[in-house]
Amino acid sequence: MSAPLLATEGLTMRFGGVVAVDGVSVSVEEGELRCLIGPNGAGKSTFFRCLTGQYRPTSGRVLWRGRDVTGQDPFRLARLGIGIKTQVPALFDGLPVVEGVRLAARRLHGERESRRLADAALGRLGIAHLADRPAGLLAHGQRQLAELATVVAPRPDLVILDEPTAGMGTEETARTAGLIRELNRDHAVIVVEHDMQFIRAIARTVTVFHQGRVLMQDSADRVLSDPRVRDVYLGRAAA
Amino acid sequence: MDLALAVGLQVLTGVAVLVIVSLGLAVVFGMMRVINLAHGEFMMLGAFAAVLATGAGLSLWVAMLLVAPVAVGLFGLVVERLVIRRLYGRMVDTMLATWGLSLALVGGMTMLAGNSVSGVSAPLGSVAVGGFRTSGYELFLIGAAVALSLGVWVALRFTRWGLVARGTMQDAETASALGVAPDRVYAVTFAAGAALSGLAGALLAPLSGVVPTMGAAYIARAFITVITGGAAILAGTLSASGLLGTVSTLGTFLSTPVLGEVAMLVVAVVLLRLLPRGITGRVLRRAL
Amino acid sequence: MTDAGRAGLHIAVAAALAVAAVLVLPGALELFALINATVWAAMALLALSLAFAWGAGGILCFGQTAFFGLGGYAYAVAGINFGDGALAVLPALTVATLAAAALGWVMFYGRVGDVYMGVITLTVTLILFKFANSTAGEQWRIGAAALGGFNGIPQTPPLNWPGDPANPLTPEQVFVVAVLCLFGCYAAVKLVLLTRFGRVAVAIKENELRAELLGYDVRAHRLGVFTIGGAMAGLAGVVFANCVFVSPSMFSLAYAGQVVIWVLVGGVGTYVGPMAACVALQALASWAGTVPGFDPNLLLGGVLLAAVLAVPRGLLPTAQDLLGRLRPSRRRPAEPKIAPAE
Repeated sequence: MSAPLLATEGLTMRFGGVVAVDGVSVSVEEGELRCLIGPNGAGKSTFFRCLTGQYRPTSGRVLWRGRDVTGQDPFRLARLGIGIKTQVPALFDGLPVVEGVRLAARRLHGERESRRLADAALGRLGIAHLADRPAGLLAHGQRQLAELATVVAPRPDLVILDEPTAGMGTEETARTAGLIRELNRDHAVIVVEHDMQFIRAIARTVTVFHQGRVLMQDSADRVLSDPRVRDVYLGRAAA
Repeated sequence: MDLALAVGLQVLTGVAVLVIVSLGLAVVFGMMRVINLAHGEFMMLGAFAAVLATGAGLSLWVAMLLVAPVAVGLFGLVVERLVIRRLYGRMVDTMLATWGLSLALVGGMTMLAGNSVSGVSAPLGSVAVGGFRTSGYELFLIGAAVALSLGVWVALRFTRWGLVARGTMQDAETASALGVAPDRVYAVTFAAGAALSGLAGALLAPLSGVVPTMGAAYIARAFITVITGGAAILAGTLSASGLLGTVSTLGTFLSTPVLGEVAMLVVAVVLLRLLPRGITGRVLRRAL
Repeated sequence: MTDAGRAGLHIAVAAALAVAAVLVLPGALELFALINATVWAAMALLALSLAFAWGAGGILCFGQTAFFGLGGYAYAVAGINFGDGALAVLPALTVATLAAAALGWVMFYGRVGDVYMGVITLTVTLILFKFANSTAGEQWRIGAAALGGFNGIPQTPPLNWPGDPANPLTPEQVFVVAVLCLFGCYAAVKLVLLTRFGRVAVAIKENELRAELLGYDVRAHRLGVFTIGGAMAGLAGVVFANCVFVSPSMFSLAYAGQVVIWVLVGGVGTYVGPMAACVALQALASWAGTVPGFDPNLLLGGVLLAAVLAVPRGLLPTAQDLLGRLRPSRRRPAEPKIAPAE
């Protein structure tokens, strides 16, 4: 059996006396689309930052195709083939959108090829017409798309998205879910989310976080109908 | 034995001078996140204020301990109103603006006072400690450093102003909702920092001589101390002064004053390489 | 126009200006004025070096003069020991470059923040200033070169043709060398900005996290930019040593402040702006220096204060903006900040 694409073993992150992530073991296969959900404060974002190298976990391991990559700098993780989209879109605000997307592709590819990949990524996300606009002038929804184009342009094996629907309406959320399923045809995807509509629209395997631990992991249907999930999550989300 | 005592006293004096030189900068940086590049010139103004006041017939002690801090504190109030207030939250711009202020103060004071050194002779003569004699004024500086640190600690910890100020720095909005005017707190804090700088300049005037360019002699040391200390005003200043003052005094003792200072810089750089946020960076929110 | 085309045009214009300066000025200026012009060229190069570190790398270096002074001192010391100015250029550049690399390594790999970076670089310069000032006396010599303390090294040797130390360059020739260095570095900066390294450096300045998440090593790129800037500042020090001589004032707070002022007034992120601001403010300061009783520091400090408070983006970008507004046809109409989602 081959090693999973990305796995954590007993991942723990402590801040002073607070245990934000507590012995989490999760694994994601090649080509999978996985949702990580949980109410605010469940430890999702901390877990995300441990995965992406922005935090060095207190203990436990992160494995990439069976290789220990715990606590590596974000740029080294990115070089393994992980594309990362942050919650607040991180873009090169002073540069034209297309330049950022080209630079994303340029790390692995030649100049001509990265131009082609950039145009392809912008086209795929439907924002080719924004190519020459400075990223800092884009509207919120456009920024999300521009960042997605930047992330997928170098064709990473895995894309990790942190709350891609934050600040979106119902309709936009549904469209983003469709987009992510589309991305999943070429990349494995991990989505950290807290919006239930979105989980329903994606309808794949869901891992539920609660108080820094994994509460359950199952198909979207079963997770959405599980009383424990409703208790810790839906109850509060509805309030 | 006498030698050890003598060296020990020198080390203590070195540490005390660092504490005195850094405290004003540390208060303004620690409380307001403002790096005042004109700190050295505030010291210079304090020294000149003391010289002028003694020239006008006041006692040296009144001039140093009262006139200098009050005069520079008031000047700080004006600077806060005209410059600092307009740049809150823009640390880099604040640094650049205070740098401009620093150059302008050096230039302006040179035009007013000329480039010659006016001196204040050190009071208190010399004192016998064991088998050797030491300058009584250096002993006084050690006492002054202790008193200033205690004063800052009491002011931050126990006075109403200290509580209000620390609250405002952590959360200006809540503080203003509670009826505290953040503007006024910032102004008073900056003025207090300026007053400490002015006092420092006056206290050190007998050791250094008073010239418009004297600030440059101190700011390097003050910056290193504050940065090495990290965010906690007192704990940072004291720990960094203790470490760096010892290094620089021992370096001076073994070679020359300049090499002492170079040794101090090297230690500070190595330390920052290991602890980028300074000695107290990790216990940032707890210590004072 | 493509970026490469625009850079090519800029370099061509700069080349034309350089050729014009080299052909016209040595004949047109008195010797004193020509030497002054050489000093200004050295300073403009210093301004360019910081404009690059700050503008392309986002590195707040308040102590660019550290590398300027080290380059100058290393040139003087090596020149006196070798008895040949041409042989001293390489050691001088090496010293400045290595110093920048070492300091940069500490700062970037220690993940020191912006503001600390400014203070640390300034402190290093100040310490060098004090150190250089304290080197009076016989025990402070490196080989045949006495460091001279406060007085510096008046016998700083002039440049000569390689292999011909008996024939030092004339002031006219030194001026030509200075202009060529300035032009060469300007062209180099423009070309570096076209490479992947340069583009990534600019991107890092825009958003460090994004660059890192794309797999770029932020620290290495910043170190590279800072080191290149340090090397250019060292070259400026060599040129300066050839028209004046080296002394501790090269490290002084006033010089360190001026460099920052030039870049700030000229506009961070531009390259012509800081060089132009450098020449203009030098002219202004030397005029102010002739006014009896006036201290140029007051003027410089006032300019810096005014620049921060009134034109924080710098004169060149602000002027370009104003021009752009006067010619609306060349720009797109203002974009609405919030566009409807499509």
